[in-house]
Amino acid sequence: MNSMTMMWWGVIGTSVAAYALKFLGHSIPHRYLENPKIQKTNLLIPITLLSALVAVQTFAEKSRIVIDHRAIGLAVAAIALKSRVPFPVVVILAAMGSALVYHFS
Amino acid sequence: MPNLGLVRQNAVVSATPRSTIRDSLSVSVTVGAYGIAFGAAGVAAGFSILQTCLLSLLTFSGASQFALVGVMGAGGTAISGIATAALLGFRNGLYGLRMSPLLKVKGAKRLLAAHITIDESTGVALSQEKLGEDAMRSGFWLTGIGVFTFWNMFTIAGAFGAQAMGNPAAWGLDAAVPAAFLGLVWPRLTSTSDRLLSVAAMVLALALTPFVPAGLPIIATAFLALAIGLRRL
Repeated sequence: MNSMTMMWWGVIGTSVAAYALKFLGHSIPHRYLENPKIQKTNLLIPITLLSALVAVQTFAEKSRIVIDHRAIGLAVAAIALKSRVPFPVVVILAAMGSALVYHFS
Repeated sequence: MPNLGLVRQNAVVSATPRSTIRDSLSVSVTVGAYGIAFGAAGVAAGFSILQTCLLSLLTFSGASQFALVGVMGAGGTAISGIATAALLGFRNGLYGLRMSPLLKVKGAKRLLAAHITIDESTGVALSQEKLGEDAMRSGFWLTGIGVFTFWNMFTIAGAFGAQAMGNPAAWGLDAAVPAAFLGLVWPRLTSTSDRLLSVAAMVLALALTPFVPAGLPIIATAFLALAIGLRRL
């Protein structure tokens, strides 16, 4: 578990990095980063990072791989997204599914 | 229809098309409500209510915020949390490149414009292209400020709610976070190759999990994106 000081570094560092990137975009000349390869990579990076986060947050318990109540929550979320349920409802349904399994196992 | 007062007020201030105002407001409320999930996730991951709310106020980029609390909540270092969040925040910089010639603002207004340059403000601005540049600018500002307002309000609600709940697992909060990530990545998976890349990233991250410190398996998958995106076209 991280200490509160570490959490603060995370909060400050992320905020500074996020704003610096936004501000850079508004400040640097247009011709940079217009390269199609950079544009394409920019579309792919969120796919890999967010997918990795889905997997790790669902199946990792510290450094072990486990299948527990969270997997049910994720399955519920996938079904809900496939049925075009709005975002906040997807999250609530996933939480409910996971909590049910947590209590009955 | 909520916020009639706000609609009327803005309509008087400028001749913004009604449809632009409607688009901006509906995106603001829907996306803003998602902030409740972030507020809850932040507290469930061990951040204080203040830290969680400051992230929404200062970072103001959903995917980056979720990434930081996800990585650090799982025991990852601040550095890997920040690195993952920054990689996800890179796209806001590219949005800024697209938006700055349109907005043509300087000084304090530019500082503010940069802060609200996110998926939604850029998306609504671009979607107003047929209505002209004025409508695009209105869409950007209305959506950016609207999402900012609702996102922060709902973050506070979620953070306090999660603290009142106690054990995150008993309420399913530990599953709400991956569900939120799935909701963020889902609309991006528009082709078979995107879906394959998504699965590959999941497999790589899980394969690395037992062997490297928390957080690194996630950052490592960025190399998959780099390898595919930067190869010769």
